[in-house]
Amino acid sequence: MLTIQHVTKVYSPANVKALDDVSFEVSRGQFVAVIGLSGSGKSTLLRCINRLVEPTSGRILFDGQDVTAANAEELRRIRRKIGMVFQHFNLVYRSPVITNVLAGRLGYVNPAWSLVNRFPQADVQKALQQLERVGIGDKAYHRADALSGGQQQRVGIARALMQDPELILADEPVASLDPVLAHSAMQILEKINQEDGVTVLCSLHFLDLVHRYAHRVIALNAGRVVFDGAPEEIDDVRFKEIYGQEAERVG
Amino acid sequence: MPKKRSLLQSILLGAAILAAMVIYAYGFQVTKFNLDETKDPRRQTQLTRILRALARPDIFEYDKEEYIISLPVFTPCPANLPAAPAVEPDAPYLVMTPACAEPGSMVTVEGFNFEPNTTGPLNFIPPSGVSLQIGNIETDAHGHFVLSARLPKRPDTVAQELRAITRRNVGVPHFSKNAIETWDKIIETVFLALLATTLGVLIAVPASFLAARNIMVPITSPLTSVALSILLIPLGLVAGWTVSDWMRHASTALTANLWVNLVTALVVPVLIWFGVRWALPSEEIEKPKTTLRIARLTVLVFVALLTVLELYLVSGMSIRLGNALVQPLGKLGFLGKFFSNLGDLLDYAINLLVAIAGAGLLGDLASKFGQRIVDYKNHLVNRIINAVLGTAAGATLFALIGAGVNWLYQFDNPTYTLVIPAIVGALIGLITTAALSRNATLPIGFVIYTLTRTLFNGLRSIESLVMVIVFAVWVGIGPFAGVLALALHTIASNAKLYSEQVEGIMAGPLEAITATGANRLQTIIYAVIPQIIPPYISYTMYRWDINVRMSTIIGFAGGGGIGFLLQQNINLLNYRAASTQMLAIAIVVATMDYLSAKMREKVI
Repeated sequence: MLTIQHVTKVYSPANVKALDDVSFEVSRGQFVAVIGLSGSGKSTLLRCINRLVEPTSGRILFDGQDVTAANAEELRRIRRKIGMVFQHFNLVYRSPVITNVLAGRLGYVNPAWSLVNRFPQADVQKALQQLERVGIGDKAYHRADALSGGQQQRVGIARALMQDPELILADEPVASLDPVLAHSAMQILEKINQEDGVTVLCSLHFLDLVHRYAHRVIALNAGRVVFDGAPEEIDDVRFKEIYGQEAERVG
Repeated sequence: MPKKRSLLQSILLGAAILAAMVIYAYGFQVTKFNLDETKDPRRQTQLTRILRALARPDIFEYDKEEYIISLPVFTPCPANLPAAPAVEPDAPYLVMTPACAEPGSMVTVEGFNFEPNTTGPLNFIPPSGVSLQIGNIETDAHGHFVLSARLPKRPDTVAQELRAITRRNVGVPHFSKNAIETWDKIIETVFLALLATTLGVLIAVPASFLAARNIMVPITSPLTSVALSILLIPLGLVAGWTVSDWMRHASTALTANLWVNLVTALVVPVLIWFGVRWALPSEEIEKPKTTLRIARLTVLVFVALLTVLELYLVSGMSIRLGNALVQPLGKLGFLGKFFSNLGDLLDYAINLLVAIAGAGLLGDLASKFGQRIVDYKNHLVNRIINAVLGTAAGATLFALIGAGVNWLYQFDNPTYTLVIPAIVGALIGLITTAALSRNATLPIGFVIYTLTRTLFNGLRSIESLVMVIVFAVWVGIGPFAGVLALALHTIASNAKLYSEQVEGIMAGPLEAITATGANRLQTIIYAVIPQIIPPYISYTMYRWDINVRMSTIIGFAGGGGIGFLLQQNINLLNYRAASTQMLAIAIVVATMDYLSAKMREKVI
C-alpha cells in the first residue's frame, strides 16, 4: 500500500543529505519499525511520506496515488488517510482535549465550518469514543496541558484515529515516556494495527520495543537503508552496521 | 595569562577614546549646553515661581466674597480733626498714622482683624468717587497688615476715604472650573485611547498573519495562478464595490418602511442559514459531481448577495432605531446615538468589505484555476497561456502603479504614467514567463510578507503626533483625528508585535494539524490561534496603556483630549491649571499601568 521509490532529501542551505535513495515497500497491515541513530533520517523519512517535508527527488505512492505529484486538494485527501503520532505529542496545549481530538477530522470537514469551530455531532461522538478507547474518556473536557505525558500521547493517538487512517506514521511515539507508559502507548498502537488493520510505520530507539512489537525493521544510517528484515535477524554484526562500531547493546 | 595588548590595538583604543570625546564635544555644542543660564538669578526666580505654581494645582476653589473696609481720612489736616470712628474690637478696621496728613506725604496704614493671609488693593477715594490705588495689602496669619503709602495730591476740605478691598472664601470648597474641564477632558482622553486601540487592534490582528514569516513564507503559487490573480483581483475589487452599490439601491426600497425593513431583516438571515447549510455540507467523503458543485456555487453567490443586503438592512435598522431612541432615552440618549453611529459605520464599511471580499473570491478562483491550467499537462499550451497571462499581468500591475504615482504627483501625462509603464510591465511579464519553467512557483507569500513588513515598519516610524496633523486636516481638529492617528500607529506597531508572537509559536501543533489534512485556514484556526491568544491580549492591553499615554499629548497637535487643554494653559502661563492636567494625566497613566499589568498577569 505504501511504495517509496528512490527518495532523496537534501536540506537546501546546509546541503545536508538526510535521505539518500531510499526505497522500500510496505504492505497493508504491517507493523514496521524504523530504527537508526539520531539524525539518521528517520523523522525526515516519515515526514516525506505525507509531505510535511518535501522530498528533493523520488516518488512515493500511497494506495496507488502519487503523493509527490499531488496538488493541494489531492494532498489533503491523501493526508487525511495518514494519521501521525509525534514524539512530543504536538497537542495544542491551551485547547481542550476534545478539540485536539476533533482536529483529526479537519481533513474531512468543510473549511468554512472550521471558521466558526463547528464539527458535526457524529464527529464529537466519535471523538468521545476514541478517547474511551485509549482509556481517557473522562478527560475529554480538560485542557490538554493538564494531562500527564502518557495521557497526552493517548490524545495524540486518538487524534490520529479520528482520521480513519489506513496508515499511521509514529515518529518516536514513546521517546518522551517512561518504560511503563512506553509499553502502554505501544500496546495501543499494536491494538490499532491488529484490530483495525491499520498499517503502522513507527520509528523507535529501543530494540526491545522493536522486538516486542514490530513485524519488520527498516534501519537507516546517514540516510541510507542499511537493513530491511525481521527483528530477529538483527544480530551483533548487523547491530554494529546500524549503530556504528562503538555502539553497545543495552537492555 | 592575558595576552599583552599590541601597539596597533593601543593606538586604535586611543583613537576610539579621542573620537568619543569629539562626538560628545559636538553634542554639547549642538544642544547649546549652558550652565550659565541655570545660574542666572532672574531665571531662578522664574523657575521657583513656576515650580510653586505647579505644586498648587488648581483643583478646588471657594466662592469669593468681596470685603470692603473703609476709613474716612482728611488731607490736608482740617482745623479741628473729628474723632476717629468708634471701632468694634472684633470687626476688621483700618488705622492711619498720623490720623491726618498733607497731600503727597507718606503715611502708615494698619489693618486689624482682616482675613488671615489674604491680599487686595488699598484704594484712595476722593469725593468724585474715582478710585486710586495707593498700595497692596498682604495680611499675616493674624489678619493684620502694616503698609506705607503715599497719599495722593488731592487736597479737599471734606473727608475722603481709604478703602481696603479683600476677598474672603465663603462656604465649602468645590471643584474649580478648571478641575471640571480637566475631568471632562481626561474622560475624553481615556475613551479616545480605548477607541483607537479597538480600531487599531481589529485591523492589526488579521494583518499580523500577513507579516508572520512562518505563516507566509511557505506559501508559493504557480506562476499561472499569480498572473491570473493580478488580473482578477482589481476586477474583484471593482465588482465587489459595484455589487454592494446595487445592494444598497435594492435595500433603500426595503428600508423605506419600518415594518418591511424589520421583517426582511429577520427573514433574510433564515434564507442565508438554509443556503449555507445546503451549499456547505459539513463533511464530505467523496468528491462531489460537477453539476452539484455548480449548483452549490450558484446558491453561495445568492447567499453572498443576500448577506450584503442583510448588512444594509441591519445598518438601516440600527440607524433608524438609534435615532428614534435618542429622545425617549433622555440622558442615556447617547446609547441611541451610538447605535445609529454603528449603523452609519457599517454602511460605510460594507462597500469596502464587499470589495475586499470580491477581490479575495476572485483571487481564490484565479489561484485554483491557475492550478488547473498547470495540471493540464500540455507544455506548449501551458507556455502560451503563461506568456499571455504574464504579459497582461505585468502590464496591468505597472499601469496600476503608474496610475498611483500619477495620482500622487499629478504628472497628467498618460504616455509616461500609463503607456510606458504598461509596455515595460508587459515586457517584464513576458520575459519572466519565458525565463521560468511552465509550472514554476513564485514565492508569493514571501512577497506579501515583505511588503506588509515594509509598510508597517514605515508607518511605525512616523509618530502619531505627526499623523494626527494629516487626520486633523481630514476630519477636523478634535478627538476623532486623535483616534484615527493613534489607531493607525496601533495597527503598524501591534501588527508587528503580534506577528512576532505568531513567529514564536511552537511548530509541533502546526505540523500535527497540517498532517491531518487541514488546509492553511484550518491550520491557523486550530494550531496558531489557540497559541497566540494570551500574548495577543497582553499586547493589546499594553497598547491601550501606551495609547492612553499618547492620547494625553496628542492634543498638542490637534488630536483632542486633555493635551489640548494642557497646551492652552501652558501657553497662557496658567501653570496652576496646567498642573491640574498634569496631575490628572499622571493619575490616569499610573492607574492604567497598574490595571494593564494586573490584567496581563491574569490572562497568561
